[in-house]
Amino acid sequence: MIRTELTKRNSTRRRLSQWFTERLAHISADDIFELSTTTLACLVILVLVAAFIVLLRGSLPVLTRFGLGFVTGISWNPVPGIETFGAQPYVLGTLVTSAIAVGIGVPISLGIAIFLSEMAPGFISNPLSRVIELLAAVPSIVYGLWGLLVFSVWVRDWVETPISTYLGSIPVFKGTPFGLDILTAGLILSIMIIPTVSSISKEVMTAVPSSQREAAYSIGATKWEVVRMGVLSYSRSGIFGAAILGLGRAIGETIAVTMVIGNAVGPGAVPTSLLQPGQTMASLIASEFNGADPGSLHISALIGVGLVLFAFALIINVFAQLMVRKVLRVKGGAVE
Amino acid sequence: MSSSGLRRLKGRLAYGLGLLCVLVAIVPLASILFEVVKNGISAIGIEFLTSPPGVFDKPGGGIATAIQGTLILVGLTCLIGIPIGLLSGVFLAEFGNNRFGRTIRFLNDVLTEFPSIVIGILAYSILVVSIGSYSAIAGAVALSIIMLPIVTRTTEESIKIVPSSIRDAAMALGIRRWRATLSVVLTTARSGVITGILLSVSRIAGETAPLLLTVLGTQFFFSGLNQPLDALPLRIYRNASLPYTFARQQGWGAALVLIILVLGLNVGVRLATRGRYSTGRSRM
Repeated sequence: MIRTELTKRNSTRRRLSQWFTERLAHISADDIFELSTTTLACLVILVLVAAFIVLLRGSLPVLTRFGLGFVTGISWNPVPGIETFGAQPYVLGTLVTSAIAVGIGVPISLGIAIFLSEMAPGFISNPLSRVIELLAAVPSIVYGLWGLLVFSVWVRDWVETPISTYLGSIPVFKGTPFGLDILTAGLILSIMIIPTVSSISKEVMTAVPSSQREAAYSIGATKWEVVRMGVLSYSRSGIFGAAILGLGRAIGETIAVTMVIGNAVGPGAVPTSLLQPGQTMASLIASEFNGADPGSLHISALIGVGLVLFAFALIINVFAQLMVRKVLRVKGGAVE
Repeated sequence: MSSSGLRRLKGRLAYGLGLLCVLVAIVPLASILFEVVKNGISAIGIEFLTSPPGVFDKPGGGIATAIQGTLILVGLTCLIGIPIGLLSGVFLAEFGNNRFGRTIRFLNDVLTEFPSIVIGILAYSILVVSIGSYSAIAGAVALSIIMLPIVTRTTEESIKIVPSSIRDAAMALGIRRWRATLSVVLTTARSGVITGILLSVSRIAGETAPLLLTVLGTQFFFSGLNQPLDALPLRIYRNASLPYTFARQQGWGAALVLIILVLGLNVGVRLATRGRYSTGRSRM
């Protein structure tokens, strides 16, 4: 009985190894090459999936304890035993600072893109494009340092003091001008998104077929009318995508915001006025993570905030990439 | 007549507004460079560059640990990130012209724009927790995840502009496809590939947020892959939040060193290649 079992197993093994050698003989080095590059390329999927799983697992303790209250609550108390965690002020803070960034940064970026790609002659626009691109090369920690020690003082003296003097009675501008607040964070973000938004808008505009411009010129349009009728209306959805990408950058930007936003926590962080310290999701994680005890509910809450940020960033980026991609592929041809 | 005058006026107004937008964007850049150089130059000296941090409220000490840490992090990150990024780029260029390839390319672009603090949490939850300590290797893994999509994309784009005649010539000699790709096509595309790598290095060298969650920062020199490590961005961050004038001055000095490193790489690469290669929609 045992013997037959053994011979059966042996023969199975032999057949299996035979099958393998036969198959292996057909596998060439090229197959291995293709397989290995494919595997490595799949790491991108792995990273995104792993990030999601890790964030979900890390935030489970806080999510099971507070449920939906974690997203809607406003109090934040990490003292063990009486912990409460609510992420609402930071979600709102992120939305408000990003809205300021997009509201100011996108029109400027659009002006830059139009000027550089459609209006200025090459010998002016090429060097200027390079200079604008340098804005993206400046590390965000340097923006933060400059924001904390130079820009915030400037904003306080030249923007916030006049606003507070003349418009202080309006609730949005209530508070003492201090420099380290939501307005400064929004302004510094609007500078930081300019290179992203302007370079993608420029790319999208360059992809507009020249027949569009020629048609507008042929009916006697001025340069601005050519841009408005021929270029802008044609590349609208791509420019929209560029703006959304800028929004994505603003939402995820961490260290520069952490250094200028004032790091309010709890109910005080609900953004009711622009001249008041606030907190974004990213800046909360950066400013509190090192102070939290490993394995505590506090860490779990911070990872939970990270999960919300992940969801925001994923939705925004996927949406924006789809918009930009559609324009560049369908209308560009040469670009993609 | 008046209508055409109005239209021309509008055109001129648009031109002026465009120019104004460019100037508005250049002013902060100029101010940042000016302040960093002005405040940083007085901090820089032999002691500053060669000694570990001293006591923060008194003069003395330097940023040697931070410089060493940043160099180690960049080196480790390159070791992990470049081979993977390179081969992923080869995949996209060679085998990526189908649904699967497009999906990978898309996710790659999404990852390029992803908040780096989330990647920091990923590295923290996997590596820092399992090692039991903030560590250099966790930082390197986080940074290589940030580097990966940039290298992948630039590699793909540089390979795509290699004329097919070069590949055909290699194949006609009877070389295998993998050999032709790695030895001939990739070699031809090398300056574009190197451009992408250097630009990604200039980006990761300045990353701060993921480092807070992975390498933490320390006062000491490198003491092992599983130990905390100092880095220039962390040193700037910590010094900036200290209320001492001297610490801030050292922060400016560290910022000057960092910006020389980052902008030097960036400008150098751009001058050397002079826009021959598209660097894609990376955040450069």
